[in-house]
Order: sequence, then structure tokens, then C-alpha cells
Amino acid sequence: MHQDKKRTKGGSLMRGLGAALLMMLPVMVFAQDAPPPPPNKGDVSWLMTSTVLVILMTIPGLALFYGGMVRSKNVLSLLMQVMIIFCVGVLMFAIYGYSLAFSGSENAFIGGFDKAFLKGMTGDSLTGTFSKATNIPELGFFCFQATFAAITPGLIVGALAERVKFSAILLFVIIWLTFSYYPIAHMVWFWSGPDAFTTAEAGAAANANAGFLFNKGALDFAGGTVVHINAGIAGLVGAVLIGKRIGFGQTALPPHNLPMVMIGAALLWVGWFGFNVGSNLEANGFATLVFTNTLLATAAATLAWILVEWVVKGSPTVLGAASGAVAGLVAITPACGWVGTMGSIAIGAIAAIVCVWACSGLKKALGYDDSLDVFGVHCVGGIVGAILTGVFNSPALGGTDVYDYVLNAYPDPAAYSIGTHVVSQLWGVGVTLLWSGLVSIVAFKLIDLTIGLRVNEEQEREGLDTVSHGERAYNG
Amino acid sequence: MKMITAIIRPWKLDDLQMAVARLGVQGITVTEVTGYGRQRGHAEHYRGSEYQVQFVPKLRVEIVLDDASAEAVVEAISNVCRTGKTGDGKIFLAPVGDAVRIRTRESGAAAA
Repeated sequence: MHQDKKRTKGGSLMRGLGAALLMMLPVMVFAQDAPPPPPNKGDVSWLMTSTVLVILMTIPGLALFYGGMVRSKNVLSLLMQVMIIFCVGVLMFAIYGYSLAFSGSENAFIGGFDKAFLKGMTGDSLTGTFSKATNIPELGFFCFQATFAAITPGLIVGALAERVKFSAILLFVIIWLTFSYYPIAHMVWFWSGPDAFTTAEAGAAANANAGFLFNKGALDFAGGTVVHINAGIAGLVGAVLIGKRIGFGQTALPPHNLPMVMIGAALLWVGWFGFNVGSNLEANGFATLVFTNTLLATAAATLAWILVEWVVKGSPTVLGAASGAVAGLVAITPACGWVGTMGSIAIGAIAAIVCVWACSGLKKALGYDDSLDVFGVHCVGGIVGAILTGVFNSPALGGTDVYDYVLNAYPDPAAYSIGTHVVSQLWGVGVTLLWSGLVSIVAFKLIDLTIGLRVNEEQEREGLDTVSHGERAYNG
Repeated sequence: MKMITAIIRPWKLDDLQMAVARLGVQGITVTEVTGYGRQRGHAEHYRGSEYQVQFVPKLRVEIVLDDASAEAVVEAISNVCRTGKTGDGKIFLAPVGDAVRIRTRESGAAAA
């Protein structure tokens, strides 16, 4: 039935434990045909609320965050790109995206077309959560995941801001969602759900159907790899292929409205509670751990970023505070359901410090013009968060460890190996970087050779608002 | 008649306005301007980017008045607007041929 779930767990680890267990315990027989339990109204309410919060993150949150950072002649182009990409992303998800990401298939890299056009899905359709015998409405899960698929390409536009052609970025989004987002989401998040893990054998059979990175044991609670590394590397590729903005490194290209950036960052923080805590799929006690981690990591990251600025550059800036908050949110995204509360503070602080360097030292050394630091914040923050998830998931460091659905218990804390988990995390990071990077190179090149990626010099100097949209943000 | 054009630090406007009002100046015109003289801008940081801001924001205050009052007003402006650091601004003094009050069509010093 509808058993598509998205929390990853250590597939290979689980299989090993399961095999050992098989020799000790008799195979339990479960009533497979019992009617599915009805959804809990609290879970349904939280799922829909979380979905709305992710929309709040996107439009207005991300749109304003980006819009404030560009010059006033380009602010509308950013607001417009984020909003229209969101609409494209949501509709594509209904047509075939959800099916490719969250339906089963013969291979571990992408789903099938069984659920294209949301075939067969009604208000009565159910899908699982992370607790056995607990279901939520599948349409609610679809909407929640649709907002993820729709905000992610919106992140990429920041890297090409102030010079990309509107038609070109829309075409890129359609190609990239199809060939990068849906496969990566399937690889990381697709599994058969906890109810399939009745016995070690059944668990192994269920894992055979799960995503490639899921089976590598890569943990990604809310989208560090699927959303942030995925979008961040695409941004870097785009920034390099489209070339630097006119005047980059020579004239000032300062943000035109920092209060707008602050409003955007604040809305992102608020909305991110839907993004992260909603990914728990249930409104239970565990959700409050995810909530706490999202709160603490962000505060720690914001403080870390401005402290570095204060020491190195002499003044703590508003843009730094806003960037620090986003870096912390990015880094805690993969970790928020896997680490303890104090681990989240460490992850936030470390990520912010690495991201400050990525947006200054690394960026200068490499010389690319990623206008709004999509790579420096989302990709680098996502990589730091993904790797540290493997570290702070350790029970010795206050982490949750990985629940074993066959044993119906957590494994022995002493058996946790940080090395093994970090290797699993590196699989997630590496495959996402390569996969999305390659898809992006091909897609951007293809677009550049056909309709053209960039506006001409005169148009760039005039500004995208009047050139692409026939409007001006500020009149009178 | 003379026209006084003073380029001043923006936050000195209130002091200037009170000082010249005490000397009987009836009206002033203020414009927001940017530019540079010996004060060569300043650095601003935006994440990894550091920009040298060449054009510093200033206010341009214009006052037209009779020849006899000009010296005292220039003196008052230079007193209140002075901090002693680069960037205090400049005062230019220029002769004015005529002035017309549009409402009454008065001209000359009566209109200024």
C-alpha cells in the first residue's frame, strides 16, 4: 500500500543486526491484512501547519532574504524567481515528481511512475511515519514534500542573481528537479516504512527496495543533502558557468535593503520549524527534540558568525547575523532528529565559523561570483551538518543513535562507531555533490547553447526588473 | 545679495538650522547629496566583500540673503558644523543677481 516514508536509518547496519537476530529468535508472524490505523488528528494538524510554515519560508522568507541582498534594480527579479519557481516545483511534483521521489521501483536511484498525476490518491490514502502502526494522510505528506521540492531550486537562483535570464532559470529548474532533486530525494529518503520491519528477513527484503544512500546508512533528517548540498553545488556550477557580474571585484555591489534581508532571515527561521520538525511527521515527544535542536543551533550559529566578524573585521553586521542564522539552520537540518541538544549547539557554531570562511577566504581564493553565497552557506553548511550528524549522533555525545525497527529498540550505545557513521555521511555528501554537479553542468551548458543563460551587457546594467519583468520596485 | 552653499555632515543640520534662525535667516533649502573631498569615503563589509565607499553622504544647505548678513551667517555655520576632523564640509559664497518671490512678485533683497 502507501508505505513511502522518508526518515533514513542505517540500512546496512540494521541488516547486520537483523541477521544476527534471526538466529536467536523465532520468526514472528504479523497479521498483514489488519486494517490500517487511522491517522492521529494531532499528527495531521501538525503536518498541515508544517507545510504552511515551509511556504512561509519560501514566499516571503527566501524571496525577501534574497531580494534585500541585491541592488534595487534587481530586487523584483529575485522575488519573482523564487515565487514562480515555487509554483513550477509544486505542480511538477504533482505531475511526476512525487512519484519519481517517493514510489517504489526496480532500482535504488529513482522511483517509478505509479503515482504520476497523484494517481489513486484521495483523502483516505495513508502513508507511514517513523513509528510502527502509525499513519498519516498521504496527500498531506505529498503537500509537505512538494514544498521541499519547490523551495530547493529557489535556493539556487541566488548564485546567478542579477544576470540570469528568467526563461533560462525556469528551464534549468525543470531539468534539475527531474534529474537531480527527485533521484537524490529517492536515494536518501525512500524506504518501505517501519511496519515492514517485522523480522530480520522482512527488513532485509524491505531494504532491498529502499534508496541507494538510505542503504548506505546516510542520515538526513530534514534535507541537508537532498535540499542544501544538492542546491548549493548547483549554485556553484551556475555561478561559474554564467560568469561574474559586471563590476564584480571592481565596483561596489552592496545589498540594497538590509532590513528586508533581516525580515527574510527571520521568516526563514520561523518557517524552518515546519521544515525540520514537520519532517518528524508526528506531533510527539521526539518532535520537541527536533524543535529544540533547530532553536539552539540557529542561535549558536548567529552568535558565532557575528563574533568572528567582530574579531576579524571590527564590527558585527546585520548581514552577518542573518547569514549566521541561515547557516545554522542549514547545518542542523540533516542533524535535527539525530543529535542531542548540546550537540546541536556545537553543530551550529562550527558550521557558522566554516561558512564565514567559505564566504570570504575560500570565495576569494577561488574567485567565483556566487552573488548571494548559495554555495558558501547552503552547500558548505550542508556538508558540515551532514558530517557532524555522523559524529553527534553518537550516544556518547548525547545523540539519539539509530533506532532498530527489527529489535524495536536502540542498539547498544557502546557499539556506536563514529567512523562508520561519518563514512556513511560522506557517501551522502559525495554522491550528492557529484550527481547534482554533473546534472547542473549539463543543464546549464545546454541552456547556454540554446536559449542563452545570461542577459546581454546593456540589460544587465539596466537591471533585470525592467528588462525581464517590465516593472520597477521603487517608484516616486 | 549672496548665496551661501554649505556642504555639511548630515547630523549637523539641526544645529545649523537653529544657529542661522537666531541670526534672522528666514528660509533655507536642504538637499541630500553625495561626494568626496579630502574625506575619502570609508570601507563597508558585506559578508566576504569589502567595498570602499567613495561617495560620502552629505547635506547641501542653500541660503540666499543680503550682503550685510552673509559674513555672520557663514561664521555661525562654520562654528556649529565644525568637529575638527576631515569631512566637516565646505561653505561656498557666491553673488546673486536677483531674486523673485513668486507669490508677490517682489524682487531683490525683499524677496530673498
